[in-house]
Amino acid sequence: MKRSKPTSSSRSSKTPRLEVRSRAELKALQSLMATAVFRPLTAHDGMEPRWIDGRKTSDLASAFIKPNDRLTSFDRLEIYNRVYWFRVLDCLYDDYPGLRAVLGERKFMKVITAYLAKYPSASFTLRNLGSRLEKFLRDEPRWIAPRAELALDMIRFEWAQVVAFDDEAKPAITPDDVLDARPEKLRLGLQPYLSLLELNYEVDEFLLAVKKSEFAVLRSEASNTFEAMPRASGREKRIRLPKRKRIHLAVHRHDNELFYKRLDPEGFVILEVLRGGASVEEACLRGLASTKRTGVDWSEEIKAYFNNWASLGWFCRFSKK
Amino acid sequence: MPANSFNNFTEYGIGIGLRVPHYRHILAEKPVVDWFEIISENFMVDGGRPLEVLDLILEQYRVVQHGVAMYFGSADRLSREHLKKLKRLVKRTKTPWLSDHLCWGSVDGRYTHDLLPMPYTFAAAKATADNIREARDFLEVPICVENVSSYAEFHASEMTEWEFLSEVVERADCGILLDVNNIYVSAQNHNFDPYAYLNNVPHDRVGQIHIAGHSKFEKYILDTHDHPVLDPVWKLYAHAVKRVGRTATLLEWDDSIPSFEEVHHEALKANQFIEKLENAAA
Repeated sequence: MKRSKPTSSSRSSKTPRLEVRSRAELKALQSLMATAVFRPLTAHDGMEPRWIDGRKTSDLASAFIKPNDRLTSFDRLEIYNRVYWFRVLDCLYDDYPGLRAVLGERKFMKVITAYLAKYPSASFTLRNLGSRLEKFLRDEPRWIAPRAELALDMIRFEWAQVVAFDDEAKPAITPDDVLDARPEKLRLGLQPYLSLLELNYEVDEFLLAVKKSEFAVLRSEASNTFEAMPRASGREKRIRLPKRKRIHLAVHRHDNELFYKRLDPEGFVILEVLRGGASVEEACLRGLASTKRTGVDWSEEIKAYFNNWASLGWFCRFSKK
Repeated sequence: MPANSFNNFTEYGIGIGLRVPHYRHILAEKPVVDWFEIISENFMVDGGRPLEVLDLILEQYRVVQHGVAMYFGSADRLSREHLKKLKRLVKRTKTPWLSDHLCWGSVDGRYTHDLLPMPYTFAAAKATADNIREARDFLEVPICVENVSSYAEFHASEMTEWEFLSEVVERADCGILLDVNNIYVSAQNHNFDPYAYLNNVPHDRVGQIHIAGHSKFEKYILDTHDHPVLDPVWKLYAHAVKRVGRTATLLEWDDSIPSFEEVHHEALKANQFIEKLENAAA
């Protein structure tokens, strides 16, 4: 076995070497390395030369990582720092084509970098990487100004697609299952994979146009390899931003294919109230109370709503949870 | 016949990783494949297309689970929620064994989604072995741990990587998933002899072998799984099967994935080394 040859930048005497003689010391080493890995890269995709407390990062790296004949301790730690950021940015780049189109690629990269710096992944799967993006941007809307409202609509819509893709499907209830139930007593659950969205922009049509233009697909697989840092291509084809218009969307799946379906405002209210745990009767009354439409045969309309939703498998047994 | 006490599935032959771009081809054409390896985490979901595809695959093929996020080497205890989800999947696939990596990747509930290297110390080996035992007892399925490719070494290390791997698997009494590409990559990055590695791991614990492609950069080699297997790795594979005998072998190809036929053809090259070995023995 060849021995590694230390280089001149191998180690500073200022920072004592980390030992790992116990689980606690293992934890200390892993916490330190994770902190380094999670720190955002410089503008040139390198590791920050200064540590959080102002020390040289190279001094810190040499306290626990050996150099070799080609790479300093800093260089070796930087590989992991870069791989982490390339991987997570690449994942959100693929998962949020609509937000990317709303913000433009450069701004999108700044936003998701700031997001991941504040909220590193808290899940074993990259599927959940964007789960706190809406919260982050509601708390810090300056990142998406002046298109905050549109951007938030798009984030909710794109996250709903992640949910629709692989969230749980409970056994569907058919009209026959509830034939004898009284509407004032009957409570219906909605499938966990179904999201109901009230939005201020026609983001559904916009996203279709975006996907058509760039052939974007939802990420469906985690991998432990990585690609290069996603970059603004400079060949962005600008698609006209969506019009401001109140819409109601159900994002769901059918036969394991992803769909989004526009809902009447009244239908949206009925479904929202049902999801809140109200009876079918109360949900219908609340839906009708919200309507501004006249000349509608509401008994026929509501019957059609329920038939359609049941045929799509949206109803399941109600559970208080 | 098992080649050794941890290798009860020598008849599994040569498998390939089940990857999204190949779903349509596999389901439509039903090609003959010895077995598929799935990334467990991709199917630890509650519903939808991933599980539908998995069930269709399970009707036709043998499936073995390979994880990327158990992080046996984390100082934190294993997540019970993670184990429960994994056990649900184990029951679904009836995987004959399950593998994950000899690495860490999360701290205090924050995930790097990477396979980070271990400091090779006795304390780290004990903590890792404790985690493996806990996982095996909970999941009730044999476990193989895989050596990772790495780009850093720690001052704290008290032994070589292969000594550490041996220490862990002996303490945990588990199998090894020997990744010969990872051995090659790490050997290049850390200036050690890959054959010394192969010669000094406990051969009677090797239950599976991984092969893959990698990428060369100016100052290091990166495990990218985006190329055919390179010659030095095939040579290491030939040496490995000489040492451990016929062993279930899997080609990993995770990026820039070519057609199903190309991946499968590349994987089947492993057969020539196994046949050569068996002809020599005969």
